[in-house]
Amino acid sequence: MSLRIYVPGDAAAMSVGAEAVAKAMADQITSRRLDASVVRNGSRGMFWLEPLVEVETPRGRIAYGPVTAEEVPGLFDAGFLEAKPHRLYLGLTEEIPYLKKQERLTFARCGITDPLSLSDYVSHGGYRGLERALTLTPQAIVEEVTNSGLRGRGGAGFPTGIKWRTVLNTAADQKYVVCNADEGDSGTYADRMIMEGDPFVLIEGMTIAGFAVGATSGYIYLRSEYPHAFRQLQRAIAIAYDKGYLGENVAGSGKRFDLEPRMGAGAYICGEETSLLESLEGKRGQIRFKPPLPAIKGLFGQPTVVNNVISLATVPIILDKGSQYYRDFGMGKSRGTLTIQLAGNIKHGGLVEKAFGLTLREAIYDFGGGTASGRPLRAVQAGGPLGAYFPESLLDTPLDYEAFAERKGMLGHGGIVVFDDSVDLAHQARFAMEFCAVESCGKCTPCRVGSTRGVEVIDKIIANQDRVQNLELLGDLCEVLTDGSLCALGGLIPFPVQSAIRHFPEDFDKPAPSPSAYRPNRAQETQPWH
Amino acid sequence: MALIRETDYGTPKRISDTLVTLEIDGKPVTVAAGTSVMRAAAEAGVQVPKLCASDNLEAFGSCRLCLVEVEGRRGTPASCTTPVEQGMKVKTQSPKLAKLRMGVMELYASDHPREMLYGSGNGQTEFQEMVEIVGLREVRYGHTGKNHLHSDKDESNPYFTFDPAMCIVCSRCVRACEEVQGTFALTIDGRGFASVVSAGDKPFIESECVSCGACVQACPTNSLVEKTYIQKGAPDRSVVTTCAYCGVGCSFKAELTNNEVVRMMPFKDGKANHGHSCVKGRFAWGYATHKDRITKPMIRAKFTDPWREVSWEEAIGHAASEFKRIQAKYGRDSIGGITSSRCTNEETYLVQKMIRAAFGNNNTDTCARVCHSPTGYGLKTTLGTSAGTQDFDSVEAADVIVIIGANPTDAHPVFASQMKRRLRKGARLIIVDPRRIDLVKSPHVQADYHLPLLPGTNVAIINALAHVVVNEGLVNEAFVKERCDVAAFEQWRKFIAEERNSPESLEHIIGVPAADVSAAARLYATGGNAAIYYGLGVTEHSQGSTMVMGMANLAMATGNMGRKGVGISPLRGQNNVQGSCDMGSFPHEFPGYRHVSDSAVREQFEKAWHVSLQSEPGLRIPNMIDAAVDGTFKGIYVQGEDIVQSDPNTQHISTGLAAMECVVVQDLFLNETASYAHVFLPGSSFLEKDGTFTNAERRISRVRKAIEPLGGLADWEATMALSNAMGYPMHYSHPSEIMDEIARLTPTFAGVSFEKIDQLGSVQWPCNDKAPEGTPVMHIGGFVRGKGMFMITEFVPTDERTSGRFPLILTTGRILSQYNVGAQTRRTDNNVWHDMDVLEIHPSDAENRGIKEGDLVSLASRAGDITLPARISERMQPGVVYTTFHHAMTGANVVTTEFSDWATNCPEYKVTAVQVQLARHMSEWQEHYLETRKQTTRIEKESTAND
Repeated sequence: MSLRIYVPGDAAAMSVGAEAVAKAMADQITSRRLDASVVRNGSRGMFWLEPLVEVETPRGRIAYGPVTAEEVPGLFDAGFLEAKPHRLYLGLTEEIPYLKKQERLTFARCGITDPLSLSDYVSHGGYRGLERALTLTPQAIVEEVTNSGLRGRGGAGFPTGIKWRTVLNTAADQKYVVCNADEGDSGTYADRMIMEGDPFVLIEGMTIAGFAVGATSGYIYLRSEYPHAFRQLQRAIAIAYDKGYLGENVAGSGKRFDLEPRMGAGAYICGEETSLLESLEGKRGQIRFKPPLPAIKGLFGQPTVVNNVISLATVPIILDKGSQYYRDFGMGKSRGTLTIQLAGNIKHGGLVEKAFGLTLREAIYDFGGGTASGRPLRAVQAGGPLGAYFPESLLDTPLDYEAFAERKGMLGHGGIVVFDDSVDLAHQARFAMEFCAVESCGKCTPCRVGSTRGVEVIDKIIANQDRVQNLELLGDLCEVLTDGSLCALGGLIPFPVQSAIRHFPEDFDKPAPSPSAYRPNRAQETQPWH
Repeated sequence: MALIRETDYGTPKRISDTLVTLEIDGKPVTVAAGTSVMRAAAEAGVQVPKLCASDNLEAFGSCRLCLVEVEGRRGTPASCTTPVEQGMKVKTQSPKLAKLRMGVMELYASDHPREMLYGSGNGQTEFQEMVEIVGLREVRYGHTGKNHLHSDKDESNPYFTFDPAMCIVCSRCVRACEEVQGTFALTIDGRGFASVVSAGDKPFIESECVSCGACVQACPTNSLVEKTYIQKGAPDRSVVTTCAYCGVGCSFKAELTNNEVVRMMPFKDGKANHGHSCVKGRFAWGYATHKDRITKPMIRAKFTDPWREVSWEEAIGHAASEFKRIQAKYGRDSIGGITSSRCTNEETYLVQKMIRAAFGNNNTDTCARVCHSPTGYGLKTTLGTSAGTQDFDSVEAADVIVIIGANPTDAHPVFASQMKRRLRKGARLIIVDPRRIDLVKSPHVQADYHLPLLPGTNVAIINALAHVVVNEGLVNEAFVKERCDVAAFEQWRKFIAEERNSPESLEHIIGVPAADVSAAARLYATGGNAAIYYGLGVTEHSQGSTMVMGMANLAMATGNMGRKGVGISPLRGQNNVQGSCDMGSFPHEFPGYRHVSDSAVREQFEKAWHVSLQSEPGLRIPNMIDAAVDGTFKGIYVQGEDIVQSDPNTQHISTGLAAMECVVVQDLFLNETASYAHVFLPGSSFLEKDGTFTNAERRISRVRKAIEPLGGLADWEATMALSNAMGYPMHYSHPSEIMDEIARLTPTFAGVSFEKIDQLGSVQWPCNDKAPEGTPVMHIGGFVRGKGMFMITEFVPTDERTSGRFPLILTTGRILSQYNVGAQTRRTDNNVWHDMDVLEIHPSDAENRGIKEGDLVSLASRAGDITLPARISERMQPGVVYTTFHHAMTGANVVTTEFSDWATNCPEYKVTAVQVQLARHMSEWQEHYLETRKQTTRIEKESTAND
């Protein structure tokens, strides 16, 4: 058997030169007439080491990284195929502490297998969940997922099994499973990684969901910024159809499940499930009010399961190993594992899959190694652009839905963005409002007008213009946004704003910037919107 | 009457057998399951503040003013999107809610013209009302932030403006365009703060907008507002009345200030339109006060003389003495009259009564002669009643909609919108029409089958459809056995089953693939409730009556009769064409379609009218004209109809009129017929009188006087004066007394009175002891004639054949913006959309003749020729051309011929063999027309006119 060299095909690895590395590897193999092949695996999720090249040896997989194309000939010269030492030598991949300390359930195969090899997938435990699901009644599958304690990993944390039960119990000629892969939160990439690194697990999860609720058709709605994942899914789906894992007779069960990936058009709001459905129907990506819930009236008015990528990709292992196995991980009402994504000003950014209950501090320091700049950490924003800013004093908060909510924060999709002491939280608050203004669909008044006014009011606060009154106005505006908005974008945008004011009041009490540093305040101009 | 402000319940009514009781601010209320909390509150008398909600639109949940608190629930849900639940306790007022609402209004106000924030009285907008309700005094954001205050107004539409500065992006206009009108012309462009209402990135006038006015009506800020509202200011009183355009019969509020109409607003309680409108009724009413209105009676000795203005007395006296002179000289039958389908039932009744009683003959006819007379004949023969079987709302229960020879989006737009709503909800659609009308494919509506038959082959296709039903065992045997004349049915079955009636045998005649015809037949017979809607494409043929009976046969054979969702429904052209027929306008029938030869009926009228009446039918319009050309018919009274422009073979009509000695025309304008008149009596518009109109669904609705008659007399008063002058006294002090007389003499109207109509809003005949509140759907449980009668419908090709000389077929019709002869619409800004008639021609026919878009072409038949511009159109099929007859100058009916329906003389407008060639000049007729017109419309103004 030829020797296998692993060079990630993951978009994050490619952004730091993995493509050139893979080509250089192939060139070396050819010129040196070696019996070796390059496998484009998923990423292991240690981004500071990317491109992380692995070579299969009798001892196991040996990692080298970060590798540049220029260094590839040197690696061959140094005998890396025989796991010889080199400046970039990292030893056995499995033994790298960052990985070793993790509890990879959902990401069990990611980075290990060839993402487009169905046999690789099956030989690493793939389709065992489906196999078991096919022995169960729909009700039993739903029970299994419910008992596992799995909650929506998109951010809302709604129990997945309950949602499925609603769809199962709603009679209809046609039902759908829709995968929300519009991963738009800042600092998040878990969805993309699994779709690129282990697409079959998502396909399997969706197939199980389809059988559980009685849906014969599924869609994966991807954000337009994920062309690689889109291509990877297209290929994987084609393979699954080819091998009888999708289509009219899934795995010989006589049951039908069709699956199609769809690309979004670049709107953050389409990550909100009802906007996503509108967009998927070919309409303007705008919020639908609830009720009716998508589980009752979803895609094309039919009962629809809308789940995040990670939720669905976690289903196979729950079915394979049983709900008890999964729920044994975690704490409180947060069961199983969380796919933490470390980003921002952090030394060791990357994906950490770990049982709920780890503290923020452990994630940031034990895994992330502290700030990248080496300066003191000042703030952490967890849960994406709508998440709260936590100060250092809250770093011992365990990663747990309820613990975060108690502290007026949000775990969201598991993204953790770290800031050092150079951050100005007033500007971050302004950024939050600006983000909302840019991404608002424009349907409801609080979000459409309020976000723009929010930017203007914070500008006035920064400029020390009627600061007291404007802080009060900002408070009132946040109340209207929180209680009056139609969806979570407007409803949650006060989280970052108010947490910034609450935890970092000093940033809102600075003297006005000097005139030379003063940025013209758009709010003071009478300017029509164009 | 003060200005009517209708209650807006916020969200549409829900119908459910399950009732839910809840409490709103402590008041218990019980509503149907599925109702919104907002609507439940409104029904309990609690108005929750709102801006984006309206009860003709599905809830949207965007403005966030209607937030409420629900006991035991987190947060502040929007009441418009929250369905009621049993035992729910809702609070619509609290300090928290007040603060939130204030916050929302403050945000709105920060991007709204400051001077438009406050308003009061009749001119207060919904937005200003909300500003007042929340008590907004201060806008803490200031008015200097990002805004839309300097956006350009769109004033491109002649009737309304759009000012984005006032827009609050509630999407009501967009949703109204989609949900109410079904045109999908509007959208929201951009997102977030940049969201703006857009007609597709172009001015309204260039967009898909059909100017129905639904968006303007929906707008809570006057961002979209009628130009007349801006010009004349807010109205201060409303008069609920009925539109005088098509046979849909929309109910409107005429909103006035001083003695002037400010705008026409569709009336929500209108049972025919449910608050919707089209460009004609909503906006094209300016003709009523157009400078061309003739408001003084006029007479002249010869029609080539100039007109002389005289008093009413003189004009009436002159007309009466002329009629009497003519009758003395040429006999009692030498004069007659034409009732108007534009006028009220009461007026029409009076005209035919005057003709029968004062003229002493039955020479009365009406313009239904040229449109739906075959409907009357065909449906009476097969079912027993000369009217459509359904109400409009029946379409909501139809699973399969069949449209034959009708173009509802142009000619009956408000019903078309209702139909489209049903189609968007999943009803299937079959269209039988030579042209690709809009409904074949329009936003979210697509016909399952379009059968583009050749003009003149209606009976062939209806036979082919029935053949499939019979031969494939799709007959509803139980229905036929129970409800129909079985012997007649068996005869018909035998006839229709013959191979010559199969789609395959008729394919080359019809021009539609047999497979499509068969598939459509199967869908009709097996698709659930199937309803046929048809128009003049059915009736205006030499076999118009046969086709009507053919449709009735098909509907009976499949059991599609006698309940909601089925039936056969004529879409009638004019506001009161149903009524004019009901009122005894035809020469052979007294009111209520009873034959003049029926002595019992005649005696009843003789007794009531104190005269003896003729027992023989009188002359139909074409007979009158023929007789005039022959020299035996010498005088005519024409009320509100323009036979010169509307009837076929114009030159024949004008020759007949020119040969008469006294032509009396009563109209709003000097119409084309007036060119040949000796006496002109000023007509009164629908705004100027009381009465009733009966629409296509037999619905009798009130017309109410909004302003005084411009000419001094309402039409019924003028007719009464003429009758009195003729020596037959009439004494009515109000049209309600005329209706009382109609009710006394007409069994189907026995229960009708103004009082009842005022009380119920409208009533559908038959209305009598058996149906005191009227009859929405007819023939339930049994046909009016007893057993449904199947008639043999042998296809006989028309004598109008194409030839080497006239190789194309001309078919005529009308378009959305203009109405029939255009007397009204041509005197409005509707000309923006259609300022001349054009000839639509298929690209291949055009290319063969070297015709390009816009070229002048000559359109010639054996009857005559005219010149008009060409429009190359793929809506046409090769070999068929199309034009409209809205402009007198075009002279479309110079080309049409005298062929007509075998039973009723309804002209064969839809089939004329023609040739089309490039032309350089107007036709001879057109040149002559201009000359004559100039001569015959001169008015000598008398400084001492004494009226």
